[in-house]
Parts: sequence; C-alpha cells; structure tokens
Amino acid sequence: MGARQRIVIAKPGLDGHDRGAKVVARALRDGGHEVIYTGLRRTPDQIVRTIMDEDARFVGLSSLSGAHSHLFPKICNLLREAGLNDVVVFGGGIIPGDDRGPLFAAGVRAIFGPGTPSTEILEFVESASQRDCGVGSQDDWHWGD
Amino acid sequence: MQLARQLTAIENGELQVEETKGLIVAITGPPGVGKSCLVDGILHRLAPETKVAVLAVDPTSPLSGGALLGDRIRLSVLDDDSKSESIYVRSIATRSSSGSMPSIVKDLASHLLANSFDLVIIETVGVGQSEMRCAAVATRIIVVEGPARGDGIQAEKAGLLELADLIVVNKSDLEGAERVVNDLTISLTLTNDAPPIIRTSAIEGEGLDELAEMILSLEERTSSRRARARQQLLMAHENILIRNPAFDAIIDRMSEEGMGIEEALVILDE
Repeated sequence: MGARQRIVIAKPGLDGHDRGAKVVARALRDGGHEVIYTGLRRTPDQIVRTIMDEDARFVGLSSLSGAHSHLFPKICNLLREAGLNDVVVFGGGIIPGDDRGPLFAAGVRAIFGPGTPSTEILEFVESASQRDCGVGSQDDWHWGD
Repeated sequence: MQLARQLTAIENGELQVEETKGLIVAITGPPGVGKSCLVDGILHRLAPETKVAVLAVDPTSPLSGGALLGDRIRLSVLDDDSKSESIYVRSIATRSSSGSMPSIVKDLASHLLANSFDLVIIETVGVGQSEMRCAAVATRIIVVEGPARGDGIQAEKAGLLELADLIVVNKSDLEGAERVVNDLTISLTLTNDAPPIIRTSAIEGEGLDELAEMILSLEERTSSRRARARQQLLMAHENILIRNPAFDAIIDRMSEEGMGIEEALVILDE
C-alpha cells in the first residue's frame, strides 16, 4: 500500500447521481486514504475551496450530467489560479471517448468510466503520487497513456 | 505557507507549535444527535463577526487506516459568501489515537488561535457515555443529546455528562425531547454546579440564537477540573506510547506471531 493521501471526492454540476462517487470514496478509504466527500451539486468554486481548506493532494470529480467538458477544465483553471498547482485531478462518470483528449489536455490525469476495478484507481493514486503531475505541471502524462 | 498546509505539517509531526490560550469548545455526543447541524447553526449566527475555525473529527478505519470524512456536507454556511470568509473548516481523521480525540487536535487548535481565530469548535466523532478524551483538548465541553436516549436512569449514569459545561437537547421538534430535558434537569438538581440545559432544533432553528450567544461566554464547571487534568495526562502518556518506534512492529508481532502482552510491554520499555 502506498502513502496515505488526502483526497476530495466531488460532485460538480446538477446531476443527483452519487452512487459512483460513494463507491470510489469507499474504495479509496479501504485503500488507506483519507477521503473528504463534498456532497451533491457543488460549484467549481466550492470544490476548490474544499480542496484548499482540507489541503488535499488529489481531487476526483464525478459527473453524469454531460457537463464534464465545461466543469472539469473550469476546476483545473481555478486550481491553477489559486496556486494549487500540485493537486492531481482525476474524473469519472459518463465521459465519452472523444471528450477525453481535451480533458487530459486541460490537466485531468485520469478518467475512470463505469466498470473500472477499484484497484485500478488505487494504482493510479499511487503512481500519480510518485510523479510531478499536479494540475499546474508541464508533464502531459495521463493514466493509460 | 498557507494555513491549511501548516496544519498538515503539524498533523504529520513536521511542525511544532507553542500552546496558545483561547476558547476551544468541544461539541460531543452520540452519533446522529445533530452535532454537525448544530455547528452549522452556530456558524450562521457567529460569522462573520466572530472568526471561527471548526475541526471536524471522524474515525479512521482500524483495518485500512483510511477514513471517510463527511462533516463538511452539512455546513451550509460555507455556501454563504458573506460568512464563509471568516470560517475555516478542516476534517480530521483520528488516525493512530486510541480514542475519539487525536492529541494533535490540541496543536491544531493552538495554531488556529494563534492565527487570529476567536474560537475553535471541535466537532467530535459520535461518542458513547465514557468517551471523555475531548476534555484533554477543549476548554469548554458541550454535550448534545437527542430525544430518544432511554429511560430516566440513563440521565443518572456517570460519565460524559458530568464533564459538560452545557447540555443541549437537540431535535426538540421530535417527541420525547421534553422528557429528556426533564430527566436531565431532575438528575442535575443533585449536583452542586449543574450546567445549563437548553433545547434546540437545528432543523427548525429553535434555541440556536441562545446557543450561539452562550458558546462565547460559557462558564467552566469547576468540578470537572480534576477530570480534565486526568484526561490531559492520559493523552500525553498515550502520545509517548504511539510515538514509540517499536509500537507498530509490536502490534504486527502480537497479531501475526502470537506475541503475548507481557512480552510486548517488556519490549516497549526497552
């Protein structure tokens, strides 16, 4: 097991489906991490404030509403503006394949769709914690690269 | 370094802090009585005039070492831009501490008081009757009870209630709250320095103005001083134990190799 990380699991936008977010939160907890869950329908500003106050190193964004292409890059930008350049962003939910490239380019380091084994998410956290791949990093690595 | 990063460094043992005197209020009580919602109600009333920091403690898994920290969800006050600037909320996992109150919370609270916060509220994990470790950290203790706490004998039992500087009976909108207030009041008439009891309903707002006003000027219950000192001593001693470099290795040997407790104590003493 890798080092313990503080990880925010957030639900940006208006969809009310958080089963996936809770399953991921639980898997990360059982993997030995400290998980802060934001609850539903958070704005990008609220999510960034939570990441800052909680001094989280990772944030997992869950979206099933189709608004990921707007919300995820917005959160990445707000994190950079707040100087939180070492925060690693990953996402999940219903994210079509064509949308993933632009999200990676915006600073998201992994996208986990339905059916992803929870062990894979834990492996990603461990790998990402060992490289300089925060949202402000020039590294263009992403999971599954 | 920004405040949140400093707190992480303190939590990880990388930054030492001096003790800072100030008001540290623990809000404690059984799971599900409404501690988080009461904290939200208090913050809505004290902010922005009073700068308040909240340390919300949730349990660490004894199996994985991980934790799910969910107290922020109920803090609607953070969505109010006119108030949230004077509030800081941090979720804390109990990590390796044996009880509900990690000793590091004392250092975190000290650091917040030294950084211009007027009040630090510690929201404890949901606790039972004999979990009193919060007395080692907090300068005032508020015990929250709900409307369904069993018969009148429960109010007579020794324990956490004896350390309360204020007792709050929450969920007063539900049936049974009045009887709990009565049971507690009768029990406390036999006490020399009985703490005040108030009724609140976090959901309907009853009693919250009174609670917010009282929290800033609560008097210390003198009879609990010795108990506080005892808890402080116990916590300090536990710290020494947990920081013993052999601690984790000994637990491994006890669970995997059947090492006995006598042998473990001998190795710890070396």
